[in-house]
Amino acid sequence: MSEIPNTFYYTTDHEWIKLEEDGDVTIGITDHAQEALGELVFVELPAIGDSFLANDACAVVESVKAASDIYCPIAGEVVSINEALQDTPELINQNAYYDGWVFKLKPQNSIDLEELMNADSYKQLLSELED
Amino acid sequence: MPFVPHTENDIKKMLATIGVENVKSLFDEIPSELRIDGLTNIGNALTESEISDLMRQRARQDGEPICFIGGGAYDHYVPAVVWDIATRGEFYSAYTPYQAEASQGTLQVIYEFQSMLASLTGLEVSNASLYDGATAFAEACLMAVRANRKCTSKKILVPYVMHPLYRKVAEVLLKGQAIELIELPMLNGLTDQNVLTNFKNGDFAALCIQQPSFFGTLEAVDNLTDWAHAQDALVIAVTNPMSLAVLRPPGQWGDKGADIACGEGQPLGIPVSSGGPYIGFLTCKKTIVRQMPGRIVGRTIDIDGKPGFTLTLQAREQHIRRSRATSNICTNQGLMATAATIYMSLMGASGISKIASTCNANTYKLLEALTAIPGVERTFPSAIFHEAVISFKQPVSSVLEQLALRGILGGFDLSESYPELENPLLICATENRSDADIRMYADALREILGAS
Amino acid sequence: MTEPLIFDYQSTSRDNFVVTKPLTELPEDLLREDQPLLPSASELEVVRHYTRLSQRNFSIDTEFYPLGSCTMKYNPRICNRLAMLPEFLSRHPLGPEEHGQGYLQTMFELQEMLQSVTGMEAVSLTPMAGAQGEFAGVAMIRAYHESQGDLERTEIIVPDAAHGTNPATATMCGCDVVEIPTRSDGDLDIEKLIESAGPKTAGIMLTNPSTLGLFERQISIIADIVHQAGGLLYYDGANLNAILGKALPGEMGFDVVHMNLHKTFSTPHGGGGPGSGAVGVNNKLKPFLPVPFVTHRNNQFQWVTESDLPESIGRLSAFMGNSGVLLRAYVYMRMLGQKGMERVSDFAVLNANYLMARLLEAGFDITFSDRRASHEFVVSLKQLTRETGVTAMDVAKALLDKGFHAPTTYFPLLVPECLLIEPTESESRRSLDGFVSALIDIRDQAYEDPRVIKDAPINMPVRRLDDVRAAKHPDLIWQPEKGKV
Repeated sequence: MSEIPNTFYYTTDHEWIKLEEDGDVTIGITDHAQEALGELVFVELPAIGDSFLANDACAVVESVKAASDIYCPIAGEVVSINEALQDTPELINQNAYYDGWVFKLKPQNSIDLEELMNADSYKQLLSELED
Repeated sequence: MPFVPHTENDIKKMLATIGVENVKSLFDEIPSELRIDGLTNIGNALTESEISDLMRQRARQDGEPICFIGGGAYDHYVPAVVWDIATRGEFYSAYTPYQAEASQGTLQVIYEFQSMLASLTGLEVSNASLYDGATAFAEACLMAVRANRKCTSKKILVPYVMHPLYRKVAEVLLKGQAIELIELPMLNGLTDQNVLTNFKNGDFAALCIQQPSFFGTLEAVDNLTDWAHAQDALVIAVTNPMSLAVLRPPGQWGDKGADIACGEGQPLGIPVSSGGPYIGFLTCKKTIVRQMPGRIVGRTIDIDGKPGFTLTLQAREQHIRRSRATSNICTNQGLMATAATIYMSLMGASGISKIASTCNANTYKLLEALTAIPGVERTFPSAIFHEAVISFKQPVSSVLEQLALRGILGGFDLSESYPELENPLLICATENRSDADIRMYADALREILGAS
Repeated sequence: MTEPLIFDYQSTSRDNFVVTKPLTELPEDLLREDQPLLPSASELEVVRHYTRLSQRNFSIDTEFYPLGSCTMKYNPRICNRLAMLPEFLSRHPLGPEEHGQGYLQTMFELQEMLQSVTGMEAVSLTPMAGAQGEFAGVAMIRAYHESQGDLERTEIIVPDAAHGTNPATATMCGCDVVEIPTRSDGDLDIEKLIESAGPKTAGIMLTNPSTLGLFERQISIIADIVHQAGGLLYYDGANLNAILGKALPGEMGFDVVHMNLHKTFSTPHGGGGPGSGAVGVNNKLKPFLPVPFVTHRNNQFQWVTESDLPESIGRLSAFMGNSGVLLRAYVYMRMLGQKGMERVSDFAVLNANYLMARLLEAGFDITFSDRRASHEFVVSLKQLTRETGVTAMDVAKALLDKGFHAPTTYFPLLVPECLLIEPTESESRRSLDGFVSALIDIRDQAYEDPRVIKDAPINMPVRRLDDVRAAKHPDLIWQPEKGKV
């Protein structure tokens, strides 16, 4: 089973969300997602200042055989992007939760954690997928 | 039986293996109310010699009139090598190179094609080709809207002096994406630069420039390109590759160069053949390659470190991204790309430059010969590449009809597309038109106009 | 042994194919200063280079090419020769109708024949490939609803087994895609269709036989459901070869069809095009057909254009589609005639079912073994992969070593580790038997020593290529400083 940090939140589309102390959130794709995609060759990042609604497609991760949209889990404005991914997209393969973060968002509203999954629910989802 | 190899014995054994009595029972999953007894209105089979006679007769009926029509399809000389090699079975009857190891021939040809088109247009990357010039233009518009991240507008500025059929095709293909083509009016056969001040930053995603224009005239590409870039818009160049050995290529327009170039590759070794198959090309700056539609070939290495070629950046394409693909396009025009690549290899830069200059010289010669006839005027004063517009005092259609009776196709009647021009005719003389052909045209026209 | 790039030759090119003249006039500031990087090779070098490159391809003319869903049948040489008669090649697309009666009559007769084989009321030949035919079909469906004032119909229903072009086309036409699952017997899930069809339904896109190689037995029910919901039916003609002369899309309830002339009517695939995707429609959609197409009036063959057909969806190409391809299809159809056309599906289906029976007998996992194969069928190698680690891709590469082009792999997406195999009618029993033996050999070898299969191919000009490197560091054009290959 792939790694699933306890303090992060998750979506059914296999994005992870980390709540930062300053109120911003960091977003990436889960270890399970990177495994399913295979070696990444390209990440299309959003631009700083882009605003998204929840569930908007906001970035693309691409392997040789697949391209997958990253959907913005919550509404907000992009405040920072992981530029290292432009040259080394494999950072996501190597370390999906830390070096492989994709972008940071300033949430538009207060975050409704009920809408997201915690680590246990996500583990549950993955084990269901494996069946 | 034509194209079916089975003997009676084969059929018997095969049916036995399957475990059915007859071939008919293999269709038993088709509900009986939908089964038909056979086809109608197809007629009996013709032998190879009968169909040959029929097709030769049809071809003879159409003849080979002397052609002074351009308008996006140009009658250039095609060296014998081009189609002798392109129609080798190994090129002709292969499929899209999905199995790279068994398709290195096609893949390397496409890589060479991409290299040649990128260099001709002065840009950094090229795709493996699109259907034709008009669809390449439509795809370039789609691409520009996707690629321009500084602007959310879905409007594209398109000159009135751009090929009217290209504009029509693009409208059809772009309608579903709500992309709007805004027409830029003309002044003296060129895009009217006075109207540019009506548009400002953010109003439009891209500006198109056709060079040479549909009328053969030459646009002020540097000014137009710099102006569009200053408004944060992309520049789409629509060009004739035959002109690019002599004219400054899109990648060198203005300070930053056009962002995307596209056009019709037919002049590169492909006969005019009633409009197709031709080959659209699309090249662009490296930074927007992932917005490019269609197939792209890349060079890489195999597990032994040996160089080889493969389709790449496929995640953009329909078979992977389905409803989120950059385009629904599957095929390129592989066979035409093969022919064009062989043509460019045979001619080299100097060959293409010589053909271009000859077309320029011939069209000027034709222009001179025709405008020497009373009642024929040159419509626009500006310099031309290898097409020009002339005007008559009488309807163009009747002049063309009389020329056609003498075995001359005198040009393309612009009256319908440009009703405000006075009886306009678009003419073109490629390197295939001899001095004698040009004289014959002028003599015939003098006679026709003199008689009316 | 590698073949150098054409740029590596450094000879004098033969640039005197015609008498040339210097430029008369071009503005100085518009002239190109540098020279484009085009090859400089002698005619013999060019001939050798491209002849050698051709020899680095598999093709129908050299190998059995059972690529599922692509109908890689023999492309008769005579079709090419007659399409390349000089008068056809030199006919200018903007030339007058009077100088094109032979060509126009041929196009008119092709329209009529294609109408007959699909059971439709009118045909336009302009779409330049299957994907453009699809575009034309969906655009006509939208235009129809708009003409009825029915502006809310923006959803296109697509089965999950469909070709990727179907959803991509729907999106290009500004529609939303609604995917419907396939049942375990291979037919469409009717319950889900009933749930999905409604006032927003513009239409459904179906391939029949489906991409799973199965005839959709409930087609009449599907047609009723979609029509009752107010939608139209679009027939993707990818698999028309399987039912030629046996059933007509028009009678199944389809309102619009596209035909892949490069599949069913044997025009060449050319290494990936040109294709040709003629569309046929019933009377409902006739006013919306793409222009131009040919009609016969006043004793003359003439173009139908926008002015004759004001509601047309318009033009899809600058001129009239891939004319040269259309000529080849015409020659093919006339040579086969009515009986020959019917024979196409007889033998395409016989070959597919024979191959399926032989592979079933040899213990392969046929995905729908209790169904009739249409002209193609699906084999799943899931068990082999589980037990040996050898994947469908590995088997495909091993087939290349044995002189067979691989079947389509990993499509349809619904079946894991699958091969989609379409032999076509032009293959003999002998060549099918050879293919079966090759697959058995590969399987046996996989159990014996999977590394051998994982290492394949070894007999091709290159071995497996590094796709990750190709996509991560795209090398898409030659540049002089990169040096020789």
